[in-house]
Amino acid sequence: MNKILEKEFITPEVFRMRVEAPEIARKRKAGQFIILRTCDEGERIPLTIADGNADGGWIELVVQIVGKTTKALSELEPDQGICDLVGPLGRPTHIELFGHVIIVGGGIGIAPSHPIAQAMKAAGNRVTSILGGRTKDLVIMEDKMAAASDAVVITTDDGSYGMKGLVTDAIQKMVDDGVKIDLVVAIGPPIMMKFVSLLTMKYEIPTLVSLNTIMVDGTGMCGACRVTVGDETKFVCVDGPEFDGHKVDFDEMMKRQRMYEAEEKESMDRYLK
Amino acid sequence: MQIPPQLMPEQDARERIHNVDEVPQGYTEELAKTEAIRCLQCKKAPCVAACPVEIDIPGFIKAIVDGDYRSSINILKETNILPAVCGRVCPQEEQCQRTCVVGKSRKSVEEAVQIGKLERFAADWEMEQGEAEVPEVKAATGKKVAIVGSGPAGLTVAADVRREGHDVTIFEALHKPGGVLIYGIPEFRLPKSIVMREVENLQKMGVEVKYNMVIGKIFSIEELLEEEGYDAVFVGTGAGLPLFMRIPGENLNGVYSANEYLTRANLMQAYSFPETDTPIARAKNVAVFGGGNVAMDSARTALRLGSENVYLVYRRSRTEMPARVEEVEHAEEEGVKFHLLQNPVRLLGDDNGWVKGVECIKMELGEPDDSGRRRPIPIKDSEFVIDVDICIVAIGNASNPLVPDTTPAIETNRWGNIIADEETLKTSMKGVFAGGDIVLGAATVILAMGHGRKAAMAINEYLESGAW
Ligand SMILES: Cc1cc2nc3c(=O)[nH]c(=O)nc-3n(C[C@H](O)[C@H](O)[C@H](O)COP(=O)(O)OP(=O)(O)OC[C@H]3O[C@@H](n4cnc5c(N)ncnc54)[C@H](O)[C@@H]3O)c2cc1C
Ligand code: SF4
Ligand code: FES
Repeated sequence: MNKILEKEFITPEVFRMRVEAPEIARKRKAGQFIILRTCDEGERIPLTIADGNADGGWIELVVQIVGKTTKALSELEPDQGICDLVGPLGRPTHIELFGHVIIVGGGIGIAPSHPIAQAMKAAGNRVTSILGGRTKDLVIMEDKMAAASDAVVITTDDGSYGMKGLVTDAIQKMVDDGVKIDLVVAIGPPIMMKFVSLLTMKYEIPTLVSLNTIMVDGTGMCGACRVTVGDETKFVCVDGPEFDGHKVDFDEMMKRQRMYEAEEKESMDRYLK
Repeated sequence: MQIPPQLMPEQDARERIHNVDEVPQGYTEELAKTEAIRCLQCKKAPCVAACPVEIDIPGFIKAIVDGDYRSSINILKETNILPAVCGRVCPQEEQCQRTCVVGKSRKSVEEAVQIGKLERFAADWEMEQGEAEVPEVKAATGKKVAIVGSGPAGLTVAADVRREGHDVTIFEALHKPGGVLIYGIPEFRLPKSIVMREVENLQKMGVEVKYNMVIGKIFSIEELLEEEGYDAVFVGTGAGLPLFMRIPGENLNGVYSANEYLTRANLMQAYSFPETDTPIARAKNVAVFGGGNVAMDSARTALRLGSENVYLVYRRSRTEMPARVEEVEHAEEEGVKFHLLQNPVRLLGDDNGWVKGVECIKMELGEPDDSGRRRPIPIKDSEFVIDVDICIVAIGNASNPLVPDTTPAIETNRWGNIIADEETLKTSMKGVFAGGDIVLGAATVILAMGHGRKAAMAINEYLESGAW
């Protein structure tokens, strides 16, 4: 059991949860994730670690309600517990001095990009963060990202905040303005990561993406999380979650993510009843 | 008059594919006694030598003849802490029963004394008596041992090391103990309550089990030894790395590794979806690739999940199948359709990325290969397609790389198995022992336990003498 310390809704569909996990808080590095189960009949879902504090003995998750498990999680209150929590899993982000690093966070993907921005900055990089959302309310954690970056660019699809357009438009603008970019790290919806990768491929800018596939064990035992990267099949839980965006077969990955669409809906409908 | 081997009552095949209850239902006292009388009580019993943990087989059988079931189970437990498990899943026909004098004299392994079934009888008898007797634990030594992985290897080490009075902590990556016994082998072959009970007994002995701890991530082996204060570490992390066929279409939706399919069904109880949350694909036509126990378990699980046609595609012939004869028979009785001497070459998908067919090629057997089995050779232009909605790849597992990858001081061979001394199970790193599937490659429960016993002896010795 891991005790919940805090919970706060950032938008009606997105919440931040602080959970007691002293060992994980000490060991976790930017880019790693956990797997949790809310109850005994529960499924195992992966969530990226958005923040953590070794002294305080906690980690923080930022979660979007997309199905039964995330809904049930959102209904847990401080002092209640999470049945199982395992981590830190996956390989940490490779941090070094690259020069100018662009961190692209789309929607809920902004949360996991925060520790990466922090670590990149701490390594001496100039960090520009591009935060994208459909509309103003969905651009989360702007303050925290600003604190971890040298500059922040906001894009919204509807133009309700920042630049009207997609995160790719913001990247394109930088390229057009002649800004030198040494690395792009993109975390967000697969479709966003796909188009960021397509764009940066054109300009030969190295690009890392963080994949959030379906998982079961998270230890390399089952292969549920497999993706095609280049000519190889990789397991996201142990070989990733970060891969070279120019090599990932996003179309296959998006199809695989929808494998249980019908069951997920059935489970959610049953829960809401 | 010669008594024939006593058959164990089984659930009817037509009934049992609609439930997950155990198939063989155990001997009654009468059946057990009749079977036990068949044992000749050989002085130099060949069966004992053929048992990887050298159970005193005539001894425990004699106790059944005498109706002294308590002694019988005690004899079993002297060398085997999981008799209820081994009685169910060990390949006795290749071990003790293969050498049995009764079977030899009648020129048929099938005529051998049914040692496994008797082992199960004694173990089940004990369970029916309620609480098991908790083995005595010697006075605390102040020494600490970490065990990585709670499969049969790790559980065996835990019992034997704890008995000597050392502190024992098991670190398990998953949320439940037992390794393959829980996540892989299905309920209808090994009820999970049996494994849970054995783990509870270990806990009563004072063994601590920490779940959700992936060693190599939360602690490295070095940290266990140097920072967490453990005096020795046993690595029993198993062969949990599923192999795929590397053919086109393997990442289509509906294509599972057997590990994933069985883990969803067993560990995550997907067979009760939507009462439980973990989904599993259910469909009419399923193809399973492989010929081992894992393939049989997958095929039989698919039937229980409601599939109408379950095809088992295996590239050699029936005689070469590595699965236990009993499992092959059970699968056939239940309606699994064997496609022998066929090999998948490509999986075909629909527009949504779901598998819809498997293209296979017919094979014939050529000369024997390294494994002594005749090598399957493709027959030119014999390709054909089977319509399927789900594929399960059960062609084997390689060693779990998490610990070796993060512990360079532990040497591995070219297959990624940890290299350990055959007698002491010592690895190349001081204070670290390893055994079970991580050393042997995918093997058996009893061999993992055999390793566990030897490693525990060596650990106890090392903790006492300090000599590596
Ligand atoms: C479907 C199936 C059916 C089988 N049927 C039979 C049968 O009928 N008869 C038979 O004798 N054998 C059978 N086997 C083989 C048998 O189950 C294995 O040989 C045996 O379980 C190996 O035991 P082990 O203790 O070495 O490893 P495992 O049982 O694999 O246990 C390893 C444990 O270590 C944990 N672990 C792994 N990495 C880490 C880490 N880094 N940190 C912490 N924990 C970790 C795993 O989660 C797991 O719980 C079958 C195997 C399968 C998959
Ligand atoms: S070999 Fe057969 S007959 Fe002889 S002791 Fe063993 S089980 Fe009994
Ligand atoms: S989640 Fe099972 S192998 Fe990655």
